[in-house]
Amino acid sequence: MDINKFFIYLIIMAGVTYLVRTLPLLIFRKKIHNRFIVSLLYYMPYAVLGCMTFPAIFYSTGDLISGIAGTAVGALFAFRNKSLLFVAVAACAAVLLVKVILQFT
Amino acid sequence: MEFKRGIRDGIPIALGYLSVSFTFGLMAVSAGLTVWQATLISLLNLTSAGQFAGLGIMAASGGFFEMALAQFIINLRYSLMSIAVSQKSDETMTTPARLAIGFGITDEIFAVATGKNESVGRNYMAGLIITPVIGWTLGTLLGASVGNILPDIIADSLGIAIYGMFLAIIIPPAKKDMKIVFVILVAAAISCTIFYTPLSNIISSGFTVIIAAVVASALGAVLFPKEVE
Repeated sequence: MDINKFFIYLIIMAGVTYLVRTLPLLIFRKKIHNRFIVSLLYYMPYAVLGCMTFPAIFYSTGDLISGIAGTAVGALFAFRNKSLLFVAVAACAAVLLVKVILQFT
Repeated sequence: MEFKRGIRDGIPIALGYLSVSFTFGLMAVSAGLTVWQATLISLLNLTSAGQFAGLGIMAASGGFFEMALAQFIINLRYSLMSIAVSQKSDETMTTPARLAIGFGITDEIFAVATGKNESVGRNYMAGLIITPVIGWTLGTLLGASVGNILPDIIADSLGIAIYGMFLAIIIPPAKKDMKIVFVILVAAAISCTIFYTPLSNIISSGFTVIIAAVVASALGAVLFPKEVE
């Protein structure tokens, strides 16, 4: 790719992403007391992560069987309050194990 | 002290990012970018969905307006997160601090920051952001450099890492609060509905996140409003 064109793409990407993140931090400084807005913001992270995780997690490994196995193992350890890293590694390990088993069957 | 605490909380996020950005580096190089171009994109953008979409637009020689609009739509959810972080900030969050912290609002950093019981300051946020930035950039560099020699079975297994992290963020609070379970189920149901029907041809993944997140959290806010102190 032409190097100048690459830098224009890069500046647009980084610039738009930065503004989308930073402008609300600059604008909404006072504590919001509106009950609906406060509630909306409280539920937002769970909604965002919920829709980003499902159904994408099942297809994240290239085959559905290992994806479901990894989801089950990850959910189990998350349910037991294990750390972010532990859950992520356990899910990857479960996927790898299933993939290895599938290769030999 | 606050900075150190932020760094410590950022380590698991950084390790999770390593694997996802590794995949990004791998894909960027196979799309024709150099190792340093891929690394620069990760250093300056710090976003998964936006970068993967941006890479596709670059590879297809898409228009600049298309690039701007795609990034705006896919990353619009960060605006909502920034508002929430703003509400959670203490008095150390001055205008220069906000200009710097704004760079690092991601799904996971946001979730950790707003999941804390007390308000957060700029030093904590700086620590919480710097480690994931290093992980995200380093992972891209590694993936772009050595990705070609990595067996597929390993690369595919790493694909679930980021979602495992998401589960670890949402399941513990959901166990204690059925209202959160409700919101997660509604969001997941909308996302699945779009994914498994022809709607996915007209609604991009970025728009899916916006629609599902806004509808699910608004429904939660209407049905189960929080107490305001």
